[in-house]
Parts: sequence; C-alpha cells; structure tokens
Amino acid sequence: MAQRPTDNIGKYLHNFPGGLKLRHHKALSCCKPLPARYLPLSTEYCIPVSQHLGQPAEVVVSVGQQVKKGQALSTPGKTGNAPGAFVHAPTSGEITAIEKRPVPHPSGLNSLCIVLQPDGKDRWVELEPVDDYRKLDCDELIQRVQAAGIVGLGGAVFPTDIKLQGTSCLINTLILNGVECEPYISCDETLMKQAPGKIIEGALILCHVFKIEKVIIAIEDPMDVCNLELEQSISEFNAGDCVEVIRVPMLYPEGGERQLIQVLSGHEVPAGQLPISLGILVQNVATVAAIRDAVIDGIPLIERLVTVTGAGIREPQNVHARIGTPIADLVDFCGGYTAGIARLVMGGPLMGLGLRNDQLPIIKASNCVLALTHADITSTQPEMPCINCGNCVSVCPAGLLPQTLQTVIRAENFEALESLNLDACIECGCCDYVCPSHIPLVDYFRYGKGEQRAQAKEKQESDIARLRFERREQRLEKQQAERLARHQRRKRALAGSSSKKDSVAAAIARAKARKQVLAANQPDTNSETGKGENS
Amino acid sequence: MTAAVIILTLLALIFGLALGYAAIRFRIEGNPVADEIEAILPQTQCAQCGYPGCRPYAEAIAAEEAEINRCPPGGEAGIKQLAELLGKDIIPLDADVGIEKALPEVAIIHEDVCIGCTKCIQACPVDAILGAAKQMHTVIATECTGCELCIPPCPVDCIDMIPTKIDITNWHWGKPIPITTISEIADTRGEEVA
Amino acid sequence: MSEYLLILVSTVLANNFVLVRFLGLCPFMGVSNKVEGAIGMAIATAFVLTLSSASSYLVYTWLLVPFDLTYLSTLSFILVIAVMVQLTEMIMHKTSPLLYRVLGIFLPLITTNCAVLGVALLNVQEHHNLLQSALYGFGAATGFGLVLVAFAAVREKVAMADVPVHFKGAAIGLVTAGLMSLAFMGFSGLANL
Repeated sequence: MAQRPTDNIGKYLHNFPGGLKLRHHKALSCCKPLPARYLPLSTEYCIPVSQHLGQPAEVVVSVGQQVKKGQALSTPGKTGNAPGAFVHAPTSGEITAIEKRPVPHPSGLNSLCIVLQPDGKDRWVELEPVDDYRKLDCDELIQRVQAAGIVGLGGAVFPTDIKLQGTSCLINTLILNGVECEPYISCDETLMKQAPGKIIEGALILCHVFKIEKVIIAIEDPMDVCNLELEQSISEFNAGDCVEVIRVPMLYPEGGERQLIQVLSGHEVPAGQLPISLGILVQNVATVAAIRDAVIDGIPLIERLVTVTGAGIREPQNVHARIGTPIADLVDFCGGYTAGIARLVMGGPLMGLGLRNDQLPIIKASNCVLALTHADITSTQPEMPCINCGNCVSVCPAGLLPQTLQTVIRAENFEALESLNLDACIECGCCDYVCPSHIPLVDYFRYGKGEQRAQAKEKQESDIARLRFERREQRLEKQQAERLARHQRRKRALAGSSSKKDSVAAAIARAKARKQVLAANQPDTNSETGKGENS
Repeated sequence: MTAAVIILTLLALIFGLALGYAAIRFRIEGNPVADEIEAILPQTQCAQCGYPGCRPYAEAIAAEEAEINRCPPGGEAGIKQLAELLGKDIIPLDADVGIEKALPEVAIIHEDVCIGCTKCIQACPVDAILGAAKQMHTVIATECTGCELCIPPCPVDCIDMIPTKIDITNWHWGKPIPITTISEIADTRGEEVA
Repeated sequence: MSEYLLILVSTVLANNFVLVRFLGLCPFMGVSNKVEGAIGMAIATAFVLTLSSASSYLVYTWLLVPFDLTYLSTLSFILVIAVMVQLTEMIMHKTSPLLYRVLGIFLPLITTNCAVLGVALLNVQEHHNLLQSALYGFGAATGFGLVLVAFAAVREKVAMADVPVHFKGAAIGLVTAGLMSLAFMGFSGLANL
C-alpha cells in the first residue's frame, strides 16, 4: 500500500516556516477557580442572527413569543448554497425585540439580533438525548450537529456540520486542536483540565461515525496538567490504542489548522485545498466537546467558555458564559476593570478584534475578552517607509512575501495578488509584530482580500448581465423577424385576393393566414409577460 | 550603375512578392482584442459612452475609434485596466459622459405610483423589470445593473435610483490610513481610551 | 566550436548591444514598462535579428560582392530588415493580437533599431561566414532580450516603490539603466571579440 501523508503523523515533530515566540500571560487567567464558574442570568440577552461564517439565517420566532432554553431562534437561510447555522435561546424568556443592534464585528455596523428577556426560570426545551451513539450513522450525526448550531469554536466559526459533510469517509486521522497559541487565552486549556472526558467521548463519536483510525490531541508544551488529565481520561474510556496526546513546542501561530498539520505530519496542506486532501480532519477541542453534548445529551450550543483576562481586569478567570451575554456582565463578574484600562479586545492580542464598548454581546466566536492597560500597548507609531529588511518574510507562517504583497496592494494592483497567493494569508499578525517600520501589514492584506473578493463578485455580476443582454438581443431579433414574416404573409394574401378571379381561393387563403397569425401569436403572448406588443 | 538599379529593383520585387504572399497567409478574421476589452467593461449596457451597449463600445475601442475613458460605471479602475491591457496612458474619465458613482445603484419602482405602462420593461437592457400591462411593475434588484435607462421613459416618474446599502454581508476592510504625524497619534490615543 | 561559443558569450554578456555598446536604446526604454510586453518585444527582435543578419549576409556575398556594389550595403540591408519586420508584424498580428496592440509603434520601429542594422554591418566588417552571422545576430538578440526583460522586471518593482516625485517615470528608468550598464561592465574581459 502506498505511503499516506498521515502514516507517520505525530511520530516526529516538524516545523512550519516562520512563527514567533511570544510571552504567554496564561497564568493570569488559567484555572483559578476550577471548574470555571457559571455566570448568573443577565437581565437581557442579545443574540446576533449571523454569528457564523456565511449566509444570514432566517428568524423563526416573533416578538412577544415565549421561548424555552435551547429553543431554535433562527435556522440556516435557504438562499444559495452558502453555509449557515442554527441559533438557540440561551435561557427561557420572552422575545422583546428583533432588530439591528451593534455586534462584535470589525465594520462596527449593526446586524440583525434577537433580544431575549429572561424569565428567571431557565426552563429547558425538551431535549432528545441518545442512549448509544454507536447506533448513529453519518447523516444522523451531521443532522444532530447542525440542529445544535455547532460552529468551529476556535475562532473561525465555520459551521461544523458543513465541515463534517465534506469529510465523510475520506479521512483517517482526527487532530484535536488544543494549541492555544495566542497569548492570554486559556479557555481550551481550562476545558481540557475540567472536562477531559467530554473531549475524549466527542472524539470517540467522530471516530465511530467517520471510521477514523487515529486521534491526536495536540497541546502546548507547558500544559502539563492537561496532559495528565487527558491521559487519565483516555484510560478511563479504554481508548489508549487510538487516542494519543502530543505536546508541541510553543510557537505562534501553531494553533492554525495548516500550521498544526505541518508540525504533526511534516506535510503542507496545498494552497487552495483543505486538510481533507491529506486525509486529516482538524477540530478544536471545545467544538468536539460541544459535539459530544449535542449528540449524547441533545444540548445545543448556547454557552461557551470565555477567558476574561488582561491587566485591565481585577480577577482574571475563565467563565461559562451564555451566547448573547453583554460583555459588561462578564467584566462585572470578574471584579470589574482596574484603573488605567486602555483597550478592550475580543479574542487574543494578535488576531483579536478591538471593541468600541462593553455593551456588545458574547457570540459563538468569542473565546476571550481581553482588557489591556496602557502599559501593555506599545504606543501607536507613525508608519515609516518599508526598508525591505525581510523580517516579515522570515516570520510568515504561510511562506508568503508580506512586503511585496504590501507594495502591490498599496499600488492597487489587485490582479497581481492572485499569483502572490494572498488567499493563503491567515492574518496572524506576525509580520505586523516584527515590522520595524510599523507598517500595518495585516490591515493592507485585509483591504486587498476585500477588494479581490469585491472584484470577483463584480465580474460575476457583469457576466450575468452580459448573458441577459445577449439573450434579450436575440429575442428581440427573433421577434422582429417574426413580425416581418407575418407582415409579408398578409401582404401576399392581400395581393392574391385582389386578382378577383377566384374569390373562393382567396377566402381560403385569408382564413389560413388568419389561422397562422393566430398560431404565431399564441406562444408569443404566453411567453412575453406583458410586453405590450401589438401585432 | 544600371546593374545597381536592376539588382536593387529585382531584390525589392522578390521581397515584395514574398510579403504579398505572407499578407494572404497570415490574414486575420474577427477582432479578438474586442473580446478582451469587453471582458473588462462592466456590462451595465447603459449606453452612456454613446454606443448602444458594451460590445459596440469595445469594438470601437479595438478599432481605435473611441477613447478608453468613456465608461462612467467602470470608472477609474476600469480605465486603469483598459490602459494596462492596451498599453495606453491612464487618462481621467471624460466629463461629458457622466461621473463615476461612489456606490453602485439599483433602480426601485414606487409601486403605488406605477400605472403599468410597460415602457420601462421595454427600455431595460437586461430584462430586470418584471410586470405586465396595467399591472404594477417591480425591479429584480439582483439583476439590475443601475444603467438608469428605465428612468426617462417612465411617464409618471416613479423610478428612483438608490445606492446599495453597505451591511455586514458586503462590507470589507478599507485602505489603511497611515498615521504620519505625532499629533495624529495623540488623536488616536484619545479615541482609544475607553 | 569554441569560436561559436565565444561569439555567443561576447554578444550576450561581454559586448551586450544595449548596455555595453548602447545600441537599440529606443525600445529598451520604450517597451520595458511591463514584463509581458518586454518578452514579446524580445521574441520579435530575436526573430528579426537572426533572420535579417543571415539574409543580409546572403545578399551581401551573393549579390553585392559579385556585382561590386558593396557601397550599397546599408541601403540593401535596410531593405532586408524592413521586409523582416513586416513579416514579423504580420505573424504577431495573427498569433497574438493583444501583444500586437501593446507593442504598438515599437514593432515597426524595430526597422530603425540601430542594433539590427548594426549587427548586419558588423557582420560584414568582421568577415563572418553564414553560420557566424546568424549566430552573431541571435546572440545580439538574446543579449537584448535578456537585459530588456530584466530591466522590465526592475521597472515593474520601481513603479510600485516610493520614488521621489521628480525622479518618477523616465528619470528613474535612466538611472536604473545606468546602474544595469555598470553591472554589465563586470563582464568585460570575459570575451574579446
């Protein structure tokens, strides 16, 4: 049998190009108190309808309706083939509004949200647990995952059911991504310590359904406690022969799907392809735990572990927060802000999203709320010209040429971006971090990507318009020709009758002509919706 | 002297014949350049360039009868692409043909005013208006190219152009504005303090 | 054999027609804005140069020398070159209409490219035989193409760089060409021909 890329996976560790060694700041929030505490009910939940990557969802509740905890609020939109995901009520209560509200999004624009006023009873909708997951088949699992609204919790928020759909039977290795390479974030580590069983059971479900041979749980080198907990849990589940915990050295951005695969297998996922091409499925540990909850207990994704940390928070810790909780409630729960807070970030310090205020809701993608003080932020520096030092090239984990990309984008030469593989950029921010000229490289790349996408869409639209225009021209030409033919036939008929020699024949010809005209008219009036064309 | 004249004439004659043959052998049909030009044009079919559609304009450019700066929907970006394709200099948009719109627009019919005359349907180059005689008409927004050709024929003036809204689904990052001076830094600092 | 190799090395590198002898500078500056255009020009020039240097050798040895008309060599070489350029134009128009458009006036201007006439005249001066003449022409064209494409690649980068306002366009182009010429000085002494 031919050598597969996954045969020696995990046996030796490899390297990916570039990367940065960063100070981790994880001890700040990690594991005090364990298990992580649950947030008390908020006075109002604001649940954005499109939290996932893809099509906006369809709202299935109305204002004033009473909903129960776990009830579906919106379903994936039916328009197009773009992915979508369910959104569920985080607690029982009344829907008070369905309106556009601010959401954590770089645009700062408002998006459709469902506002829920809790009734304080926290009553569950009737759940449908499964006794034995071994009876499930592939389609049933995917259907359950979809109904639970599970998306990738590592930050990409791609709907998990769609990821699994493309997967069926092509993969032999599952990598559970527990590598939280961004500084400050420790929610996955907390999960691995307090509920390793959920992760292992979730992995076993996927193994069973997709006939996966091997599971690798990748964790970072310093996560000693995790390792012990996970090993213990593996032996409890008797899964020692297929599940393995591998510690990888600390290097940012190792938690990226492609980078992790490269470290574990030594193979690079080809540009423009998915890990499936190597027979590998990568899932975040939190996603797998959520799959376990959805399959075994029937619980949809209505809460997640969030790291609330940074020097700007009095008692940094990990908390279980329901989706839709205002960030301010999390901060209050963690003792409030310290003096000198300068910036609020959702996500890590490198890839996170700066927030305008703390009234925004927690969404499925929020793994961390980071409050930074002035001491943490290097003061904003003026942008200097690129000196072609090449620092950005040596740290780029995707093997791109950031400084070339940057000059090309600045010159707005978007056609050249394709050959420079801008698509492969994961926006990790390594190049920004090392740039001695303080050029906001990732901002340029995001701009370039946006323009590239907009241009592709324009091209598609103009192609459709051209097609429609050509079709219309053809149709008009045909109509013109038909009209001309009809006209001539009538003329000929008239000429025949004017001979007066045999009026009978003329009458027959006239009748025939009328019939033909009628026949020609019939399909016309049917197909042309009110062209107002009179013949 | 005579020899020189004869020999040069002979040489020229031979070469002339060879070139004449080559001209027949390498004759070209059609206009492949027009196709490439048309691919760049935005296909609104708005006729603002003075030609009855994008294809005729592309043919005119290919035949060097028209300048490349007569397409307002294509705008600066379109002119830049055309200039690169044809190896010409970038020139500003011809002010006579119109101005580039900041945002793409689509037509909308005020349905309570519409009398169902079908005149706009006949004017629409891409069949983006739906309706029947004496019935209310409506614009299929996704098919509308924003060419404005339906506006003049409307007898009751019930068609308006509205710019497409930017929301979360079609928003993308803008060009970074470089921070260059110390005072600007102070400004951004002031904003960031929560 | 080594003689032929020497001709190639000499024309391509050591005595490069553009950067060392400063012939054919017009298309060198004119069509070096884009690499695609430069490659097209390089191919067209290579075709014209090789064919015209071979055929001008034939015209010279079989027509002009027997009839003692060597004083008409410049005139008849121009005739040969013009015909070759016309032929190239037709072929290019047929095979790559877009490139034909992009090269525009510079395609017929190959006729007046002094490198082309220069090669034909130098062939006579150096008493090359037919093969040597063709090789000399081909080498000159290769050298021309090499520096043209390299120069175009540099100019594409320079176009995106932050050039001071007064240096933009042709000025920085000439500075770049000067630097490239200096670099090619390094090949001098590699082959003396």
